[in-house]
Parts: sequence; C-alpha cells; structure tokens
Amino acid sequence: MSDFPHTPPKQSWTFSNDINAEIRRAAATGIYDIRGGGSKRKLPHFDDLLFLGASISRYPLEGYREKCATDVWLGTRFAKNPIHLDIPITIAGMSFGALSGPAKEALGRGASAAGTSTTTGDGGMTEEERGHSKTLVYQYLPSRYGMNPDDLRRADAIEVVVGQGAKPGGGGMLLGQKISDRVAMMRNLPKGIDQRSACRHPDWTGPDDLEIKILEIREITNWEKPIYVKVGGARPYYDTALAVKAGADVVVLDGMQGGTAATQDVFIENVGMPILACIPQAVKALQDLGMHRKVQLIVSGGIRTGADVAKAMALGADAVAIGTAALVALGDNDPALEAEYNKLGTTAGAYDDWHEGKDPAGITTQDPELYKRFDPILGGRRLKNYLKVMTLEAQTIARACGKNHLHNLEPEDLCALTIESAAMAGVPLAGTSWIPGRNGF
Amino acid sequence: MQTFDLAAQGLRALNSTLHGLKGQTNQTSWEIINPKGAHAIAVGLDAPVDVTVRGSTGYYCAGMNKQATVRVKGSAGPGVAENMMSGTVIIDGDASQYAGATGRGGLLVIKGNASSRCGISMKGIDIVVHGNIGHMSAFMAQSGNMVVLGDAGEALGDSLYEARLFVRGSVKSLGADCIEKEMRPEHLALLADLLKRGEADHLAKPEEFKRYGSARKLYTFNIDNASSY
Repeated sequence: MSDFPHTPPKQSWTFSNDINAEIRRAAATGIYDIRGGGSKRKLPHFDDLLFLGASISRYPLEGYREKCATDVWLGTRFAKNPIHLDIPITIAGMSFGALSGPAKEALGRGASAAGTSTTTGDGGMTEEERGHSKTLVYQYLPSRYGMNPDDLRRADAIEVVVGQGAKPGGGGMLLGQKISDRVAMMRNLPKGIDQRSACRHPDWTGPDDLEIKILEIREITNWEKPIYVKVGGARPYYDTALAVKAGADVVVLDGMQGGTAATQDVFIENVGMPILACIPQAVKALQDLGMHRKVQLIVSGGIRTGADVAKAMALGADAVAIGTAALVALGDNDPALEAEYNKLGTTAGAYDDWHEGKDPAGITTQDPELYKRFDPILGGRRLKNYLKVMTLEAQTIARACGKNHLHNLEPEDLCALTIESAAMAGVPLAGTSWIPGRNGF
Repeated sequence: MQTFDLAAQGLRALNSTLHGLKGQTNQTSWEIINPKGAHAIAVGLDAPVDVTVRGSTGYYCAGMNKQATVRVKGSAGPGVAENMMSGTVIIDGDASQYAGATGRGGLLVIKGNASSRCGISMKGIDIVVHGNIGHMSAFMAQSGNMVVLGDAGEALGDSLYEARLFVRGSVKSLGADCIEKEMRPEHLALLADLLKRGEADHLAKPEEFKRYGSARKLYTFNIDNASSY
C-alpha cells in the first residue's frame, strides 16, 4: 500500500446499485420486473406546496367551532340521481382479484361509515362490496370482466375507465397465482392462467365513439346514474376536455403515483405524469369550457393526508380518491408483520409483489389461509378512522385559510417551495410573485 | 303487434317503454319504424319479447340484451349486441365492427357480412355469420362459439382463450396462439345445432367447416414468446 492518499471508491450515479441489481436480475431471469403500487420515484408532489393561512387581509375561522363543510355532489350534469357524499375523499377502483373478498368488504364498511363511496375494479362487482358500500361506483373497463346490466343498474355511479395513472396506455395483468376458482368464474377464464386485461375498449375508439357509448350506458340505466370517465395522467388538458365533450358527469384523473395491482416496473416509473402537474391542466380545461364545478373533477395518485386533500382541492379538484393509502390503513405493509415480509425477501413499507398473492396481511391475496387473517370489521373501522382524520386535517387547514367549505380553498391560498412545483401547480414560488411559465417568464 | 315510430317518439321513450316490459307482459311483439341509423336502439332489454327494427341501426343496437329477440331488417352499426347476456339478435343485412363484443350469452346471427373484430373478447355468446368476417375477429375471445359460413380476415382468433371458431371458407391468417384443431363428433353436433339456430342449416353442412382454437401457449407469460405477444 502506498502512503499516498487514495481516490475513494465511487459509485456511478448512472449505474447505481439499484440499476446494477436490476440489470443482474433481468440477465438471470429473462423477464421484466412486475410489481404492484405506483411510482416510487421522488416526484414533485403536494409536499412541495404550502398553505399561506390567514393574516390581516383575510381572517380565519375558529377551529372545531365555526362550520367548515366537507360534502360534495357528484354527477349533477346529466344524471337523474347524482351522488351526495359527506366527505370528498373517495375510495379508488381496486379489483376483486387484486384484493381479497374480505378486503373489499372492509373498504365498503369503512367508506360507508365515513360517508363516502368505493369503486369496484377490473373483476366485476362482488356481494361483499355491494353489500357493504352504501355508495358504490361500478367500473366499466376494457376487459368487461363480470360486466352485466343488472350490476350496472344496482351501481350508484358508473366509471368508464380509459386509463389509470400507474400505466396510462396499458392494460391490466393478474397472474395465475391469484386466479382462484371464484376469480376465474367471474372473469370467464380458466383457473390459474396469467390473465391480461385489454388496454383499450373493445367496442369504441376515440371521443366520438365514447359519446355514443355513454349514451348507451345512460339508456340502459334510465339516465339515473352519474357517468364518470377515468383517465391516467397523460394529457390532462385534452383528455378532460374530450371527456366533457363525450358527456361525462365526472372526470377522474389519476397521476403516476396512483397504484396498480400489477404491471411492469418500467411502465410504472416511466409513463405518465405526477398528479401535481395534472390538476391545473384539467381545471383549466374545465374552466375554458365553462364547466368547472359543473363537471366534477376527482383526482388521485399519492393522496396521503388531509393536507394533500386540501391542496388538491385548492388547485380546483372537487374530490380526491385514495387507493394505496386505504390499503395501508387496512394494514398493508404493517411493520408488525416484518418477520413475514422478511421471509418474502422484502421489508414492511417496501412490499409490492402483490401479484404473487402471498400478502401476509391478507389483503392482496386470494389464498384463503392468508385472507382469513384479515378482519374486515376491524379493517373497516381503521379505514373509517383514517378517513375521518384526513377530513379533520383538511378542515383544519381550510379554517386557517378562512374557508367555510373545502371547496372554497383556492390557488391563492398556496405557495410553492420549488421552482418545479411552482410551474406545475401554477402558484407562486414562496416569498415571490413568480409563477414560472406565466407571462413569458 | 305494437308499433313504435322512433323518429316521432324518440330514443328515450323507446327504451323506457321496452324496459317497462316484464315477463308476463301481453305486449310481446313490437316493431320499430323509422330507425334511421339511430344509436342505442333497444338496449338493455330484459323480457321475452320480439322486437323488429324496420331499417338500419347505428351503434350498439340490442346492447346488453337479455331474453329478448331483436331482429334488424337492415344493417347494424358498430357494437351490435355488445355484451349480450341471453336472447337472440338477428341482423338481416351486414354488421359493422365489434359485433357481439364481450357477449356473455345468447345468439347473434348476421345474415350478411361482419366487419373487423367480430366477437372480440366474447365471453360465452354464440355468433353465426352467414357471410364473411373482417380482420382481428375473435380477438382475446374467452368462450362461446363463432360460426362463419364465408371467409375470415387477417389474424383470426389472436390471443384466443377457450372460444371455439368454425370457418367454412378461407382464413387469411391466424392470430397469435390460434391454431386449426381436429373436428371431432361433438364439434359436428354442436355445429349442426348452431347452424340450425342460426337459420343457416339450409346453406351449409357441418362437415364443410374447419375448427380453430387456442394452442394455449400464451396462457402463462414466457419471455421466449415475447415476439408472439
């Protein structure tokens, strides 16, 4: 060894340990990495925004004393029976198949107790969910698994799914381990095969067709049900405008942090935009068409706290949807199960192999031995508590901004911590009046 | 027979009236005049009634049909009988794209030709086409039977699951994982029944058909099959 100072070992930023590990995994297995969840990148997000709060120019409302309403009407444009929810935090579509029956029941119990809706998913409507969800949104998906007119009519709203944030332009995937007898029967497929859901609808393409498809669904359901159109965060301005043109009552916009039951990691991490970048574009489309607040906007993808809810609504959303956060509330990735996560080669907080059906929490599985561990009554109570806390948090912020309804939050209540988030959200960089991209600067 | 003038009375009134028919109705026979290519005619029916449309229809005629028999005395636009559950839909003329898409039961008869993607993602429906079918027909077809008295276009049965396809004429090409299969006696018997119910037994014999189905090689994802996907 020389006495001269050494150049310390230096890991390449480009060829990081994570990247090299993935290269080795691909070389060994010959298959791309499939996982559940949404993007794990560090993305510009609601954390990069702050509320300004009240000051001399505006006065706050008294916490816990002065009214701050949280309710929301959805589907007021055309539907005979629009939905009225007590809170603007809905449960996003998650399929039976991806989730166990008891997990779907828990979502229904928790959401109903908190005064909000759940959404079916790519696998049809289950009795567990219909029975326990006071307000149930029935997804109309490209695969049409389990689709039938009776379930359309017993839904409270219908969501035509064009895309989702985790994989805009991609279809679904449910691997054979989770295709139990019941899942296979509901999807008209052989048991145990790897099941693909189509990436686009089989009987319409483009906004002109979509308008006719929505007409058909309205005719079948007597124009009673609100029709949502869900898009992934790809081209939010145009997708929102086209959904409105096609006759949507509600637009659901899902950013790339939104989860999936299973898809390619390369898809999750490299296609789509963060929800922060999507909301202002969608709101602008609605405003340009004179339809803001007439066609409601539900946003999703990385909503975790009441602060996220308040920020999304301040940017112009009418409501939000949660998926991953709801699963965590039920008990997904709980450190109490660390030893079992370790046996699966992972750790609590990082477990995302939901497609393998080995979830020790009994939530993302069809294995009876695993899902019987999950108590749907307790799970429902936990979800209700979480939804209540998020609502209280959002109300706390709204009152501090002097708002007597969450819908009265506005972009002027916000500032941004980074230039990127200021540009995406269209609010000033903190301490300045600068909104990057506005007025040519 | 009850007559409904669609041009005069409107689509909402038509479907609302037909939805009001229950199993014990004595108004079991209906004709719809002046359809003029309207969309969503007679969708979501759920009663054992006969409905005759005197003219051509637009998109999604008889969509999600249950129990009813719907006959179109003309041609049908895209998505006729989509997601049909049961009953019978008969098109005297041609059918546009996606005929019988995702159908879960019942019988769809097309006496003319069917365009592309006929029977796409079918889930139990029986489809009998007297003429030809277009490209990508029976794409991702899961179950049910499709009978084609004429020719089939490109990529028949691509990514097929358990649906059975019977074609009398030529097949321009087979899609991924779709292969010709042996025609066994049970298939001939099934075909004879389908031809009879499809009002085609005077036009063709079961022995004149070839059977196509899934090779089942793509049922489990395998990287070595990547070029087939």
